[in-house]
Amino acid sequence: MITIVDYGLGNLGSIKNAFDKLNINSVISSSAKEIEKATGIIFPGVGAAGAGMKNLREMGLDEIIESLIRVEKPLLGICLGMQLFMSFSEEGNVNCLNLINGNVRRFNTKFKVPQTGWNQVKKNRASKLLKGINNNSNFYFVNSYYCDPFDKKIVKGVTEYGQTFCSVFEKKNIFGVQFHPEKSGENGSQLLKNFTDIVYENTTCS
Amino acid sequence: MLTKRIIPCLDVDDGRVVKGVNFVNIVDAGDPVELAKIYNNEGADELVFLDITASSDNRKIMIDIVKKVAKKVFIPFTVGGGIRTIEDIKNNLIAGADKIAINTSAVKNPQLIKRGASMFGSQCIVVAIDAKKQGNSWEVFINGGRTATRINVYDWVQKVVQLGAGEILLTSMDRDGTKDGYDIELTKKISENVSVPVIASGGAGSLQDFAQIFNDGKADGALAASLFHYDELKIADLKQYLLQSQIPMRIT
Repeated sequence: MITIVDYGLGNLGSIKNAFDKLNINSVISSSAKEIEKATGIIFPGVGAAGAGMKNLREMGLDEIIESLIRVEKPLLGICLGMQLFMSFSEEGNVNCLNLINGNVRRFNTKFKVPQTGWNQVKKNRASKLLKGINNNSNFYFVNSYYCDPFDKKIVKGVTEYGQTFCSVFEKKNIFGVQFHPEKSGENGSQLLKNFTDIVYENTTCS
Repeated sequence: MLTKRIIPCLDVDDGRVVKGVNFVNIVDAGDPVELAKIYNNEGADELVFLDITASSDNRKIMIDIVKKVAKKVFIPFTVGGGIRTIEDIKNNLIAGADKIAINTSAVKNPQLIKRGASMFGSQCIVVAIDAKKQGNSWEVFINGGRTATRINVYDWVQKVVQLGAGEILLTSMDRDGTKDGYDIELTKKISENVSVPVIASGGAGSLQDFAQIFNDGKADGALAASLFHYDELKIADLKQYLLQSQIPMRIT
């Protein structure tokens, strides 16, 4: 089962709706026990990094996520969820989960911040998440900050917003997207379907 | 590059879309759920749903419709009308809205913007402003355009952004329903002076109006209702036209 982690932030209903449309079973949960049993995990999030980390720690979910990484369960971070995978965020200067080495930085641009709207993802390396999705496809973004991983090889998609930033990363079983696939029409649906394929492929292999 | 957004608006009264509905059409164009589905499939970049009667009596009905619409749209979905409390915001978000538009309540209780933004993030708080030209400036009107506030639109916008509004839905009361084109002057003045996106509303009548509000009015999004409901303009055709006019568009 795909489990959508509820840590008090985010449009969980939208993500559930998107999976329902694809006839993929998913469940929203804040229970550590239930999350531990998941086959694949969606780690959503809108809002601020500080509040996100505080909630995660209070609910004991930070340790659960670390243990899931050790057993290599596929994990997809969306928007703030992706950012919390990093070592450190400039937003409120908080330490994050440190699953991916690197920082979360604020846009330094003359454009309006947050970036709000549809922007293109340029595929710069072979990507499991972007399989079957055309290069420069549009996805829906709402963000003031972006991930800057130290290891550039994990960056699979980039987007331009006054500067080039990482919009998709993949490192083993850890996946992150800066945009909202659940709000990105057909391209977003395809991405969630790809993640589901990764999740179940993983199950049959192990 | 960020694309400009085309946003159909559903004005809902007692469970039906009330603006610009062609009742003789074979398809029941008055059903918000059906219309939402059509716009989602036709390439709308976002959808706005406004409960224009917004009495507490039909609040439950509205939540049910919000839920049904949310299941049909896979694009950002804004809900407004009669939002008065944090609880109202929360209930609509749970029902599947991504953003909440507040208008009258924002004027009466500006702290709602601040509290809403700190609880749910600025990205989800849209302040809707109904603006009417008075001499050389614009005045904020509330209660569906019935009540003047003596508040200057420009000052109000600065204040709501400071309080945490993540987006401005700016309606020109002078242009609303006229099809004479958007209010370029108003939109440009606001858009160039705020750090958040501005959605222009009121007056869309032709393809050129959309090009103008993006090029000259500096709008980030353009909202229209009757043009789309009446099928006077297809979203796909509009987007093709704008793309040919060198305006960045998302083509599905």
